Amino acid sequence: MKSNNGSPVLIKKHHLEDWIGRIYTTFCVSLLVIIIVSMMYFVASKGLTTFIKDGVNVGDFLFGTKWDPNGDNPVFGALPFIAGSFATSLLAALIASPLSICAALFMNEIVPSWGKRLLQPVIELLAGIPSVVYGFVGLSVIVPLFRDIFPGQGIGIAAGALVLSVMILPTITSIASDALSSLPKGLKESSYALGATRWQTIYSVILPTVMPSLLTGVVLGMARAFGEALAVQMVIGNAPHVPRSLFESASTLTSVITLNMGNTVMGSVQNNALWSMALALMVMTFIFVIVVRLLERRHRL
Amino acid sequence: MKPRTADKIATGVIVTFSSVIVAVLLGLLGFILFRGLSHISWSFLTSVPQTIRAGGGIGPQLFNSLFLLVLTLIITIPLGLGAGIYMAEYAKPGKITGAIRLVVEVLSSFPSIVVGLFGLLLIVNTFGFGFSLFSGALVLTIFNLPLMVRVTEQAFRGVPKEQKEAGLALGLSKWKIIISILLPVAIPNLVTGTVLAAGRVFGEAAALLFTAGMSTPRLDFTNWNPLSPTSPINPFRPAETLAVHIWKINSEGLAPDAMAIAAGASAVLVILVLIFNLTARWLGRVLYQAFTASKVMK
Amino acid sequence: MKLKKPALLMGTLALVLALSACGNNGENKGASNSTDTNKALTGSLLAVGSTALQPLVEQVGQKFMADSKYAGVQVQVQGGGSGTGLTQVSGGQADIGNSDVFAEEKLKDADADKAKELIDHQVAVVAMSIVSNKDTGVDTLTKQQMVDIFTGKVTNWNEVGGIDEKIVIVNRPSSSGTRSTFEKYALGTKVEDMAGAIQEESSGTVRKIVGETPGAIGYLAFSYLDDSITSIKYDGVEAKVENVITGEYPVWAYEHMYTKGEPNEVVKAFLDYMVSDEIQNGDVVELGYIPASQMQVTRDVDGNVTKK
Repeated sequence: MKSNNGSPVLIKKHHLEDWIGRIYTTFCVSLLVIIIVSMMYFVASKGLTTFIKDGVNVGDFLFGTKWDPNGDNPVFGALPFIAGSFATSLLAALIASPLSICAALFMNEIVPSWGKRLLQPVIELLAGIPSVVYGFVGLSVIVPLFRDIFPGQGIGIAAGALVLSVMILPTITSIASDALSSLPKGLKESSYALGATRWQTIYSVILPTVMPSLLTGVVLGMARAFGEALAVQMVIGNAPHVPRSLFESASTLTSVITLNMGNTVMGSVQNNALWSMALALMVMTFIFVIVVRLLERRHRL
Repeated sequence: MKPRTADKIATGVIVTFSSVIVAVLLGLLGFILFRGLSHISWSFLTSVPQTIRAGGGIGPQLFNSLFLLVLTLIITIPLGLGAGIYMAEYAKPGKITGAIRLVVEVLSSFPSIVVGLFGLLLIVNTFGFGFSLFSGALVLTIFNLPLMVRVTEQAFRGVPKEQKEAGLALGLSKWKIIISILLPVAIPNLVTGTVLAAGRVFGEAAALLFTAGMSTPRLDFTNWNPLSPTSPINPFRPAETLAVHIWKINSEGLAPDAMAIAAGASAVLVILVLIFNLTARWLGRVLYQAFTASKVMK
Repeated sequence: MKLKKPALLMGTLALVLALSACGNNGENKGASNSTDTNKALTGSLLAVGSTALQPLVEQVGQKFMADSKYAGVQVQVQGGGSGTGLTQVSGGQADIGNSDVFAEEKLKDADADKAKELIDHQVAVVAMSIVSNKDTGVDTLTKQQMVDIFTGKVTNWNEVGGIDEKIVIVNRPSSSGTRSTFEKYALGTKVEDMAGAIQEESSGTVRKIVGETPGAIGYLAFSYLDDSITSIKYDGVEAKVENVITGEYPVWAYEHMYTKGEPNEVVKAFLDYMVSDEIQNGDVVELGYIPASQMQVTRDVDGNVTKK
């Protein structure tokens, strides 16, 4: 209302409107920024206490293989969890990516007429199934199945990765499908005009063009797998050791946080160590996002 | 002949993999519904849970899930719309916009348990909202905001340039253009995106354990005073949602029919998500037709 | 119509702000009216913590509120784990902190002062049984055999008199109260996490895995025992309530409800109700706990057992 004071000219209504609109949207964005900055500050300050106040060595934390917070001589080595997180999410991405990319190709290239109408709802439904239910199905179906087929008890990284791969299918598929459908029509048509078969077109024209977007999808899928907690925790076994095989009980960062956070007292060293793992998760999320950025930048060039 | 063969094989592989996805979904749905449907009845949907006796229901939990969804949407939609419009229309490409976009992406892939604990310390304890639906809704907003911002931004960017330029030519203010030209055109996509994002609210458990709580007070469904502690629509009472309830009975359930209840509740949850998705597509289509038709009349 | 849209947006925003303002008011009210001196008690109390104790407190809370004497009291019960319960009660956010272990065991070193401020109310005893998959062919284990199993010295059931089947350990995470009780009173020693051992926090999942995995061994509270698993005798003593009461069966622990300082009127009324005969002999037994009053022995923080 400042401009009303000095000026005798009535402020035009649409200027006021514009002003309100700008303030309102800026407010919303600032709020968004405030939320994430305060969350980052919060997790970082809690997570760093382990190293600053409790005197745990950062190197020991990141590369130590022994996790024994309740022993007479507490040791906080988080490598088993970090390794577990990477192994499950990489493996999950490995299983899910070919499936997802094929589904996206099916929707956009093979039968563009009805492929989307069939697969889109399927993908959205998969995204909508709660993770508790995924975990439960994993424990009731995948674990007994693996126990019968492979050595071991069925639980472990393999079971966790399989459950996760289904959970990240929607992420990768929808990004891949968006990329494919935004391709300029002329690209494909000129390839067909040269007499190329559909597969030749896909393989040598379409895939190279959308490759950065496909990788973006895969990385975002991995990020999702990295952060998933309840479903993985139910099927992975949770032993705080680097496993010797894919079918042996292992842990991830999220599973150890969910299992122990409620049982430990805020401010204790063990609790702080869990927060350090949350911080590690956050840093990983940043790395994933930055990787996506780099991929997109290469795409633009 | 060789490229032909390669083409056939590749097509076969693509079709097979796609069928695998459909089969996985059908298998999942079949498994969940097959185990759960037999347990669903009117009394299961409306009665209160039992701790150790058989025959408990999921009435309050079902209501809580739906009510929490409404609360979350009330908070998320205005904020998400505002932030999305800013990103699509006001933000100038540059370092700050880039930073905000980075922030949105990080926020959307944050582990839910960390967000839950953040909520416990800040919203539940420091701000003093306690274990309540409101705390839960705020935490869910943190999840849903990035999605909502992305949906809004994409919907607004999807509006043909000519429409915006026509508005500018008429000498309309920017806000006026946004509200009366861009928004109506963007609405079908907005609605579909919002409803799909909302579906996730049903499934979230890890974050709600620490914010909305794991128990529900006795509810008096005849009491509609939002400030009364026994009223179902009081946003400041603790509330256990369906997903949290499934988690709880799977882990510490003492009732002899705990497994059946978990299966039944999972089936209800999946059916809800199914209904949500179908509604989203239908609503998007109807709105699209309505708006495109109105354009012809102009 | 079109003109109203910005107003609508602002209106919604205002509503959200108003709602959040309401929240603060509501909170203040809840906290201040707990000191009414009228005959009818009014107020609210919040109990947070142990998921093992939660079903009991929840059920008793429902009964308490249904009692006409306490109709003005709102009891809220939340889970979150023993650590969360102790954090919340010593921070003043909760009135009662539910815990499976003594506060001194969780609040150590720098936090030891906080444990001193807390007052312990032992409301029940929970006993645990060693359980195994049904086909192991073993129904009793000595303490030493169990230590050997959980430290990985014995890896096959035939070494302890059972069939030829690899032993699969289903343990709890190292922070779990159930695990610390098991290690303290069943094994008498802390054991390290074995590579390849399964760890699950929730009793339901432990029961499911032990029941389905050949050769699995784990431990569960009595209330979770059913015929999908075998309950194993400890040094020949059967895992039965009577044996716990006499002190013969040692694998048990108190369930604690901690308050910070002396409880206020409302909280005290609830805690008294909790240890009343009606609840102790009714709900406590019904939910598979053992009434603390029936125990013929007591035990302190350091595990010293004395006859009553």
